[in-house]
Amino acid sequence: MADRPRPYLALLRGQVSAQASYRVSFAIDVGTNVIATVLDVLTVLVLFRVTKALGGFTLREAMVMVGLTALAFAAADLTVGNIERVKLYVNTGRLDAVLVRPLGVLPQLVLMDIPIRKAARSVFGATVLGVALASVDIDWTVARVALLVYAVLGGVLFFASIFVATASVAFWWIESGEFGNAFTYGGREFTTYPINIYSGWFRRVFAYGLGFGFVAYYPALALLGRTDPLGLPGWVGYAAPGVSVIVAAAAAAVWRVGVRHYRSTGS
Amino acid sequence: MGSVNATTPPSAHRNIVPAFRTFAAITGSGFRRYSTYRQATVAGAFTNTVFGFLRTYVLLAVAAGTATGLAGGYSQKQLVTFVWTGQGLLAVVALWGSTELADRIRTGDVASDLLRPVHPITMYLAADVGRAGHAVLTRFVPPVLTGLLFFDVYLPRQWFTAPLFVLSTGLAVLLCFACRFLVNSVAYWLTDIRGPMIAWMIGSGVLGGLFFPLRFLPEPLMVALWVATPFPGMLQTPLDVLVERDAPALRGGLVALQVMWAGLLLTACVMVQRRAERRLVIQGG
Repeated sequence: MADRPRPYLALLRGQVSAQASYRVSFAIDVGTNVIATVLDVLTVLVLFRVTKALGGFTLREAMVMVGLTALAFAAADLTVGNIERVKLYVNTGRLDAVLVRPLGVLPQLVLMDIPIRKAARSVFGATVLGVALASVDIDWTVARVALLVYAVLGGVLFFASIFVATASVAFWWIESGEFGNAFTYGGREFTTYPINIYSGWFRRVFAYGLGFGFVAYYPALALLGRTDPLGLPGWVGYAAPGVSVIVAAAAAAVWRVGVRHYRSTGS
Repeated sequence: MGSVNATTPPSAHRNIVPAFRTFAAITGSGFRRYSTYRQATVAGAFTNTVFGFLRTYVLLAVAAGTATGLAGGYSQKQLVTFVWTGQGLLAVVALWGSTELADRIRTGDVASDLLRPVHPITMYLAADVGRAGHAVLTRFVPPVLTGLLFFDVYLPRQWFTAPLFVLSTGLAVLLCFACRFLVNSVAYWLTDIRGPMIAWMIGSGVLGGLFFPLRFLPEPLMVALWVATPFPGMLQTPLDVLVERDAPALRGGLVALQVMWAGLLLTACVMVQRRAERRLVIQGG
């Protein structure tokens, strides 16, 4: 059992040294990646320049959701975000090489191309969350501290599951192109803002059907001690991170069926 | 038919007709090429539509939170039109574009482009016009219709808005093409253009008005962006023209700024191309 992680560590180490060997490219990548995340947060600040409140939430309150989303998404993107490239592997038939090795398919694909350049984004996301939490008046209890930890972990798991589930679509639909972005980047956009600004079937599908409402909005409500304008009881916020476990199970199932469905390229 | 190719000598009498025919033929092939990527087109239109819903709700919430109900001077209806038309235009101007030219430069395939009897910029531009034409039908119409169906949209009231919008969109396609051509041309000097490419993608999205209307920014910054950078001309200007945000004279002025930037950037493309060709020869092709 002790030997289990060793091959994965070797894959990871190979990635790190390969990416760090092109120093200038690496530095530019790190820089632009941070700027991208900074701009996402800046967008929210610009919106609050125009309005005092968004869906009844002030800038400081909304920043808790922004921070939770930014940290969870960046960490998920760092660890499994590159699973998007499975399209390429399926399309070219290179997945064959991955399948014949005596290692898990998903961890291999994840470690074969882990984008270290994205690490700084998670740090920035954590900073935003920290500043947001410090600037609002939170009545810290043991339950809230635990919730914060679980909300972050749950958020990472949630977005990671969305990445895996949308990437699995490539097993059936090779040219799915930007389809996955609607749920990965679109999902991030959705959870950045209080969900009561969305309405009708669109909110029902994204917030409750797909579960995006439980990533940042409900945990943030519980942290802030606010009641849900949409009428759900207060304990929902504390239970919200649990939703990501269900989503992860569903994503794992989709992935497994997808891998079995893979038929190579025939060449 | 008088087609032009590398092996036949160019016709003795210079005439605009063959040049026009060549341009049209390449445009047609650009259109046909993109009409074969059917699944990617459907996926792209779907994603644009989802983002249309997201951005509409966010901007409507911004407008609802202000005292006047106006956000950056836009009414709620104008914001809806702005978002949905923007999601359609995004694909028409190909804001994010591809690294196709850069890849051709890196692999050396670009040498065959230089052998053709058509100027490379003309050739790539013609193909891009064909691509944009295809995008108008397949990527512009679906989000705009969705917006019309689900939301209360602002419809232009003045007769000259339609032609001005078409002109402004055409200029936006030109501008965006020139920028992408320049960014890709960096590959003649640097083999890895991922950095410049990402910088361009981030810059064009934010400064073009995709993430939020530029009118949300402080006035001096907004004016500086409009005059000193080509970015607002790629998305924000056509959209502002369509939703009739300003007085007619100012709208004309914004389109004139697009003309200026298109001229400047295309000139830059020609100059860069000329230098790059010499550089390619030094490298040995």
